[in-house]
Amino acid sequence: MEQYEPDSPSAAQVAAMRRSLTNGRGALTRRSMLRATGVGALTIGGVAGLGACGIPPAGREGDGPASTDFSAREKRLSFSNWTQYIDIGDDEKSRPSLEAFTKRTGIAVKYTEDINDNVEFFGKIKPQLAAGQDTGRDLICVTDWLAARIIRLGWAQKLDPANLPHAYANLSSQFRRPDWDPGRSYSYPWTGISTVIAYNRKATGGRTVDSVTQLLDDPRLKGRVAFLSEMRDSVGMTLIDMGKDPGAFTDADYDAAIGRLQKGVDTQQIRRFTGNDYTGDLAKGDLAACLAWAGDVIQLQADNPDIRFAIPNAGYITSSDNLLVPAKARHKTNAEKLIDYYYELPNAARLAAYINYVCPVDGVRDELSRIDPALASNTLILPDKAMAAKSRAFRSLTSEEETAYEEKFAKLIGA
Amino acid sequence: MTLTDTTPAPPAARTRSARKRLVPYWLLLPGVLWLLVFFALPMVYQASTSVQTGTLEQGFRVTWHVATYWEALAEYWPQFVRSLVYAGTATFLCLLLGYPLAYLIAFRAGRWRNLLLVLVVAPFFTSFLIRTLAWKTILADGGALVGALDALHVLDVTNWLGWTQGDRVLATPMAVVCGLTYNFLPFMILPLYTSLERIDGRLHEAAKDLYASPATTFRKVTFPLSMPGVVSGTLLTFIPASGDYVNAELLGSTDTKMVGNVIQSQFLRVLDYPTAAALSFILMAVVLLMVTVYIRRAGTEDLV
Repeated sequence: MEQYEPDSPSAAQVAAMRRSLTNGRGALTRRSMLRATGVGALTIGGVAGLGACGIPPAGREGDGPASTDFSAREKRLSFSNWTQYIDIGDDEKSRPSLEAFTKRTGIAVKYTEDINDNVEFFGKIKPQLAAGQDTGRDLICVTDWLAARIIRLGWAQKLDPANLPHAYANLSSQFRRPDWDPGRSYSYPWTGISTVIAYNRKATGGRTVDSVTQLLDDPRLKGRVAFLSEMRDSVGMTLIDMGKDPGAFTDADYDAAIGRLQKGVDTQQIRRFTGNDYTGDLAKGDLAACLAWAGDVIQLQADNPDIRFAIPNAGYITSSDNLLVPAKARHKTNAEKLIDYYYELPNAARLAAYINYVCPVDGVRDELSRIDPALASNTLILPDKAMAAKSRAFRSLTSEEETAYEEKFAKLIGA
Repeated sequence: MTLTDTTPAPPAARTRSARKRLVPYWLLLPGVLWLLVFFALPMVYQASTSVQTGTLEQGFRVTWHVATYWEALAEYWPQFVRSLVYAGTATFLCLLLGYPLAYLIAFRAGRWRNLLLVLVVAPFFTSFLIRTLAWKTILADGGALVGALDALHVLDVTNWLGWTQGDRVLATPMAVVCGLTYNFLPFMILPLYTSLERIDGRLHEAAKDLYASPATTFRKVTFPLSMPGVVSGTLLTFIPASGDYVNAELLGSTDTKMVGNVIQSQFLRVLDYPTAAALSFILMAVVLLMVTVYIRRAGTEDLV
């Protein structure tokens, strides 16, 4: 007779346990074993992977292996620029000034219009620069605050003045000594940018709008005013309007300017903060008045005579887009030759006549009036003395200031 | 156990069968590699970024600073809530607009069916950005649409609800929701259409034979059978809409920014990569949670 033993399982129980291990939901099959091992390995690998990631600290030029210049052997150059920022021939395809450069020097230029936005472009090239690799670009064109950041991080190559005789001689004095690159040892301006007030005369009922105070306080403009989503333009213009110098302001001044703009947002005086897309809104009249970049205004005026601009009496913000040679770029000398080429007067005039931004080259007036006398007398392209006296630049910021200010500004514009 | 299993196969045959067994894995390889490189690795990288601290100058190092998650959530919860509300509203509107259209195409379009389907997909031939910018013209302050809404006093109602401001629609929540609805509508219509189109027409006849009114037929037959389409349509609309930032950027204003805008701004402007990564993960978790609950409750086994 089979005796009942509580400690040892019966044959039926053993069979049931074996079944449960090999079949059914709780079965420990090869597959589930593999799966469990896989998940475990993934978890461990994942956690280890998390720890291994990181972004290395930015090194000053010279910390790593130096950039090597292959210019003598490789007669080419890769140039990244903004869209619609160079002269275009009548066939809408050729770029006459670049072609003339290639003809003269034998350096083939790969010209790419892949910059639409400073912050996006920085996001694009940052991984390579941070890893000390070549970005594939020999010359880039970025706005001064980003140029300042790239130089500060040691991600730009020092230029050789011997290759830049025209640039050195012809750079206009207004652009010679930015506080982020005194003496221009890393960068040369491609164009200057004036931030002014633009308005649509039809939408304002024929009235002029010529101060930031009016933008922020005039009840007749309520809900039809825009500021720029570039922090330095919007806050800088507000600082100037408050009687502060954007070249030398304190944290308290900055906060006061943000507070003033915040009031405009809260009272719904300010409709929105825009990038380049203000042009369409202004032309349609959805915006009555806004901060605008002068080059855009000239082009808008050509299509719509109701668009006007005003230079505030208090002053206006000037910035620049600058040519830089990124670290590890292979063709520095070729890039320098191209910079110098655009500082020769006829070439500078041809560029300015086409793109209508402030020309950073001295003595270009005669050349420009030969192309179009109206352009030569346009103060948005060649600022006169009175205008130059009102121009202010936003001071360069330390890395901590930049983060803190951008964060406050981001909160102002809602994100 | 059969006899063939116990007798060893000749070596050549064995390698051939082993090779045959490997075929599916070889076919899977490109997909798996793709997922690994473009999904798994970036996820690990983002997860790592979210627990790092540092600055661009000093570099970013993993310090397991998980407080970033709480700080991000505490700071930006309004944008989170807004994203979910906007995406939810847009999804609901898409369903409301898309269902009748999908129904029409599936059952009533006849020979126009293919043309109508092409028309639904046609907007995809232009870029997302251009389509969104077109709404700036449609909703322009002085435009016909806003003028009509104003004349009909619709704007008074929407102003009272806080959807619009003054006599304009642009730069208000309504504009953003309109943009979202428009941009994601095809993602709702196509799955709905596939579900509806598969319904056997004889079921409708049977319902009619059993004296069901058209409304009852719809309630008891058509709608339940189209549930897979409803579920996949709402998912395909809600998930991308909740992470969208283009509509809020172009059609909205400061008080309509969504969480996508915050992530973009933290990542590119403020250069606070950990916060941006943490926000992305929170968004992913929230959406995943909502979707799981939704699928469980909707109880749909197959989504196509």
